[in-house]
Amino acid sequence: MTRIEQYCTFTIGGLHLGVPVQGVQEVIRYQELTRVPLAAAEVRGLINLRGQIVTAVDLRRKLGLGERADEERPTNVVLRRDDGAVSLLVDEIGDVLEVSEDSWEPAPRTLKGGARDLISGVYKLDKGLLLVLDADKALAVEGRSEVA
Amino acid sequence: MSDMDDAVREFLVESYENLDRLDTDLITLEENPRERETLASIFRTIHTIKGTCGFLGFGKLESVAHVGENLLSRLRDGKLEMNDDIATGLLQLVDAVRHMLGSIESSGAEGEDDWSALKELLSSLQERDAAAAPATPAPLVRARRERDVVAASLPGAEPAPTKAAASVAASPAVAAPAKSKDEAPERSEPEGDKHGAISESNIRVDVVLLDRLMNLVGELVLARNQILQHAAQDGDSPVAATTQRLNRVTTELQEGVMKTRMQPIGNIWAKFPRVVRDLAKMCGKEVRLDMEGKDTELDKTIIEAIKDPLTHIVRNSIDHGVETPERRAAAGKDREGRILMRAFHEGGQVNIEISDDGGGIDVERVRAKIVEKGLLPPEAAARLSERECVQHIFAPGFSTAAQVTNVSGRGVGMDVVKTNIEKIGGAVDVSSERGRGTTFRIKIPLTLAIIPALLVSCGGDRYAIPQVSLLELVRVEQENLAASIETIGGVPLYRLRGNLLPLVDLGAELGVARPKLGRDGSDSAANIVVLQADGATFGMLVDEINDTEEIVVKPLGKQLKGLCCYAGATIMGDGKVALILDVAGVAVRGGVAGAKAAARGKQAESEDAAEAEKHALLLFRVGEDRRVGIPLSAVARLEEFPRSALEQGAGRRVVQYRGEILPLCSVAEALGACETQGQDGPLQVVVYSNKGRSLGLVVERILDIVAEAYTKRPAKGGALEGVAVIQGKVTDILDVEALAQSLDPDHVAFGLEPAGSN
Repeated sequence: MTRIEQYCTFTIGGLHLGVPVQGVQEVIRYQELTRVPLAAAEVRGLINLRGQIVTAVDLRRKLGLGERADEERPTNVVLRRDDGAVSLLVDEIGDVLEVSEDSWEPAPRTLKGGARDLISGVYKLDKGLLLVLDADKALAVEGRSEVA
Repeated sequence: MSDMDDAVREFLVESYENLDRLDTDLITLEENPRERETLASIFRTIHTIKGTCGFLGFGKLESVAHVGENLLSRLRDGKLEMNDDIATGLLQLVDAVRHMLGSIESSGAEGEDDWSALKELLSSLQERDAAAAPATPAPLVRARRERDVVAASLPGAEPAPTKAAASVAASPAVAAPAKSKDEAPERSEPEGDKHGAISESNIRVDVVLLDRLMNLVGELVLARNQILQHAAQDGDSPVAATTQRLNRVTTELQEGVMKTRMQPIGNIWAKFPRVVRDLAKMCGKEVRLDMEGKDTELDKTIIEAIKDPLTHIVRNSIDHGVETPERRAAAGKDREGRILMRAFHEGGQVNIEISDDGGGIDVERVRAKIVEKGLLPPEAAARLSERECVQHIFAPGFSTAAQVTNVSGRGVGMDVVKTNIEKIGGAVDVSSERGRGTTFRIKIPLTLAIIPALLVSCGGDRYAIPQVSLLELVRVEQENLAASIETIGGVPLYRLRGNLLPLVDLGAELGVARPKLGRDGSDSAANIVVLQADGATFGMLVDEINDTEEIVVKPLGKQLKGLCCYAGATIMGDGKVALILDVAGVAVRGGVAGAKAAARGKQAESEDAAEAEKHALLLFRVGEDRRVGIPLSAVARLEEFPRSALEQGAGRRVVQYRGEILPLCSVAEALGACETQGQDGPLQVVVYSNKGRSLGLVVERILDIVAEAYTKRPAKGGALEGVAVIQGKVTDILDVEALAQSLDPDHVAFGLEPAGSN
C-alpha cells in the first residue's frame, strides 16, 4: 500500500516547493516586518503574529535566488517548531497537494547552489516537479553575521 | 508521568507543599515544644499523607508515615515532650517521605529502599521518653476556649468539612481549634491556605495556562489601544462610551491576570528554617532565623530565579557570618546568632535583605586575598575603601574562609549569586561592620514579563531600552556639537559634568545609519542616552528619544539567539514589533565595556570595570618617541590651537581660550625631552583643570586612551609620578598637579584675571 502524504506547496523564484502539511501552523498574507540589524541576511525581520513574535526567514535569500521586486509582497508560511513558530517568506502560496510515496525521488544532483542542501527530495507530479523543502535546514540560520 | 493517575499527581503536588510546611513547623516546634497548634498541624499533614497513601496503595510510604503518626500522637497528647532527638527523627521522616514521593513521581513506585531503620528509630523514640514526659492537660483547656472565640468570629470557618478537618475528627478538641487559631487570625485574605475550611475557594491552575492568558491579555490590550485611537476620531458616538468601558475592563483584566502570577516570597522562604537548622547543627552554631515581609509578592519566574542565590547567601551567613557560641559569648553577644531575612517593596522593586549579627567581613583579609589572587596590584588594593574592598567577595573564585568546609568556602559562590541576580535585572550589594555583622541587599524587579522601557528611534526603527540601565538623557544642540564631543583614538567622548563619557553610535553599531559623528560633522542635534551596564557608564547616540512605556518582554527565536545586542522583542501600541536592546551587549559591541567582558571570560584576570576606569589613561607622545600618560580624570578637554594664536603673557606662552587666558606648558620641556614641535601645524593641547586653575599641556601627538591595570615604578623628577609598562611600552606617568604647582606655585587663578596683574 502506498502512503499518501499531504504537502503545503508554494512557489519561490519559479521553483515549486512543498513542506509536509502537519508542520504548517498557518499561512498569512504579508505582514509588516521589523528588521533585525546584525542578524544573518536571510532573517528578514520579526512579525507580530497575534501577540507572538515570529522570526521571518526569507527563502529567496536562503536559496540564493536574488531579491524580490519591491512591489512584490511575500507570503508568510508559518511553521510550527519545537521552540515556537517561525515564518518562511515565499513568493506565492499554492494548493495543498496529495502525493504518493511512489513518485518520490532523491533530489537531483544537478540542483544549483543553495537549493541543493535544502531540498531533501522530489515528487514527480503530472505537471512538473514538487521539491520537498527540508525545513530544519531552511531554518538553520547562523546566529550572527557580525563582522568584527 | 503521562499515564500517571490524576489522583496520584494531585497527591504528589499536595504532599510536596505540605512537606515544605512540615519542615518549618517542626523547627517552630523544636523552639516552642508546647505549641499545640503547630503540633496539630504537623500531625494532620502526616495523617493526610498516610491516609491518602493507603487509599492509593503505597504501602511502604503508609507504614513509614504511620510510625511517625504514632510518635506525633503521643506528642500531641502530651505523653511525650519534644526534644532534639525527636525533632531530628521527624525531620528524617520528612526526608524519607520526600524521597519516596520523588520515586513515585519518577517511576510510579515507592522504590526499593528499606526504611525499617527509620521506623525503628521512630518507635524507639516514642517509648524511650514515654515515662519521663508529664501529661499536660492545661493547653487542652486553653485550646478549647480559643475555639469558642474563633468560631464566634469566623462562623463560616468551622463547619465546612475538609479532608484535613475530617482526618482529625478523632480528636476534635485539639485539632480543630488549633487549626482555626493557626490559620484564621493570621491570614487576612481567605485564599491563603489549601487546608482550612476555606480550601474550596482555591483551585490549582497550570502555569502554562496562566502564561497563555497573559499573552492573550497582551493582545487584547493592543487591540484596545487601536480601538481607542479610532474612537478618539469619532467624538461622541455610542461607540465611544462602549470603548471607554472596554478600556476600563481591559485594564482591570490585565491587572488581574498579572496578579495570578504573583506569589508571596514566603513560598520559597518556607524551606529556610530547615536549611538554617541543619546547617547550624552541622557547624556547631546556634542560629535563629527571623523573617519579615513574607507576604511580599513577586512574579513566579523571579521567585524561581532567586531561590538558589538566596540559599547560597543564607548558607554563607551561617558558615562564615555567625560565630560559634563560645566566641559570641566571649564577644559579649547572645550565644544564639540571628539571621534576618527581610523583603519589602520599594520604588517599584522588591528589596530583599539578608543580615546576620556575626563577625562581619574581615576587610584586611579580603584585601590580602585580593592581592594574593592577583585581582589587583598591592597599591591599588591598599587604596580601596572598606566598602569597595568588601564588594570583591563577588569576584569569581574568591573566598576568605580559612578552610574549605562542605557548606561553603569553595570559592564558587558569591560570583554565581551576583551573576544570577543580574541575569534577572537585579543587583546585589553587601555591607559589613566588623564585629557587628553583614548585610546582603538584593534589589530585583517585580516582574520580568513587563518592564518599563525607554523607546528610541534609530535608522527609522524603534528600539526599547530597559529603564533599569538608564541614567539620564542628554541633548546636545547642533552648534555645540563640535565643541562638546571629541574623538580620541577613534572613540567619541562627551564631557558630562566633568567626566568623559565614551559614546556608542547605535545606528553605526547596528549598521542601520550613517555614523553621526563623521568628519563632515553632524547636521542635527545629538540625543545621548546615558546608560549603565556591567559597571561601565556610556552614552548611546540615537536619532530620536520617543517615550517611556511599559513593555511586555518576548523572547527572540532561535535564529537570533546569537545576537548579543538584543534582550528580546516587544509589541508596540500600534502592533509593530520593536527590539529590546541588551545594554551590556551593546556596550561590549561598542567597545566601551570590552575590558570587563574579556575579564569575565578569563576568570584569572578578573579586572573590575570600576578598577579599570580608575586607571584610564590618556596617552600622548612628546618629543620623538617618549610616551607619556596622564590620568583621564585630570583631562578637561583636548584642543588644537593654530600657532598664530600663541601670545605672550606674564612671561609665558598663553592662548586665549573660551574668553580666558590659558597658560601653556610644553610637556617635552618639562620632562627634558627635545621638542620637535617647532615647525608648523597646529599645537596639540591637553587642557588640565583643577580648582579653577587651567593649564594647557602642549604635546606632540595624542595617541590613545587605555584602561589598563599597571604597576608604577617610582621615577625621579618632580613632574613624574612614575614609570609603567602600558600597551607593552614603557610610559611615563605625568604628575600634572605637581607640574602645575611648579609652574604656578602661588596658585593664581590664571584664567580669571587679566594677564597683566600677575
